[in-house]
Amino acid sequence: MSDTSWQQAVYDVIKSGGINLVGYVPDAGHAALINSAKVDNTMHDVVMTTEEEGIPLCAGAWLGGMRSLLLMQSSGVGNCVNMLSLQRTARFPMVILVTMRGEYAEFNPWQIPMGSTTQEVLEICGFKVERVEFEADAAETVQAAIDFAFNSNVGVAVLLSQKMLGRKKWVE
Amino acid sequence: MLDRRVVVTELLKNRGNAAVISGLGSPTYDVAAVSPSNRNYYLWGAMGGAAMMGFGLALSMPDLHVIVITGDGEALMGMGSLATIGANKPRNLSIVILDNEHYGETGMQQSHLGMGIDLCAVARACGITQACTVTTGEELQSVAGNFHEMGATKFLQVKVNPDAPPRVMPTRDGVENKITFRKALGID
Repeated sequence: MSDTSWQQAVYDVIKSGGINLVGYVPDAGHAALINSAKVDNTMHDVVMTTEEEGIPLCAGAWLGGMRSLLLMQSSGVGNCVNMLSLQRTARFPMVILVTMRGEYAEFNPWQIPMGSTTQEVLEICGFKVERVEFEADAAETVQAAIDFAFNSNVGVAVLLSQKMLGRKKWVE
Repeated sequence: MLDRRVVVTELLKNRGNAAVISGLGSPTYDVAAVSPSNRNYYLWGAMGGAAMMGFGLALSMPDLHVIVITGDGEALMGMGSLATIGANKPRNLSIVILDNEHYGETGMQQSHLGMGIDLCAVARACGITQACTVTTGEELQSVAGNFHEMGATKFLQVKVNPDAPPRVMPTRDGVENKITFRKALGID
């Protein structure tokens, strides 16, 4: 990964936005950000068994004054639904970066049901949603999401489109 | 089998500045009844999330003793979080399961812990080495003695009677609780 990649630009705004904790369930589209968090001694990185764990993780961190951010795939949004009530009921600031599946050039039909309802599910649960289609917009959108969440006590999700992330290679 | 209110009293009476996250249902009533504090965050929902909420708080305030007090049904719903916590081993987090082997809030249906499942063994298998089951008053006194000494993640599975003491209901306003809790910790 070069220093000029969009992933590096996103990590830079995560740092400048005061985020000190990244919770994630791995996804290929998030691999660069996960690696950046893991090699950064000033960033807590927490791998979770399910995305649902991330909602109370972020809420608890905020009770102690720490800003955090979650990384998950679109399928993981569905795992969070009831737990999102914690964000909404107590108006915890929360930022989720979601790598999209089930759309552009998708190979695996099992990804389509959740991928095609991800944005709607988040919005029904009270999250503000921004979608990123182009690499050049990624860092600015994540920066805006961080500002929005922590200034206005809202949940904000940034959906990173499958077209931008690139086709998954199924056969090497 | 112990009385749940006695257990919470013994564990929290010398809490000092410790923070408490209570799991939905009876644990929230127990904490409100015997140790009311602005350093309590009372969950009324988010079932399965209490331990992770404590973990997030423990990461953000490494010198604060963070105590999660929750029920066996709530803990079972977030059983994977024991793996996440065990992989990180926060030295300032204690998880207390008030295990009555039943879902008390919904009509006392039996839980897995009354069906031979050993949650304490799960915690140990998840790398939480300071994990023990407490069934007698002597064992309770023994673990209460150094409960607030930090140094390793603690997991206490405390066997309690499946009775329902009088409900003491703290605020259900999650926003208000968030604001008062943060102020109590000195956070703007």
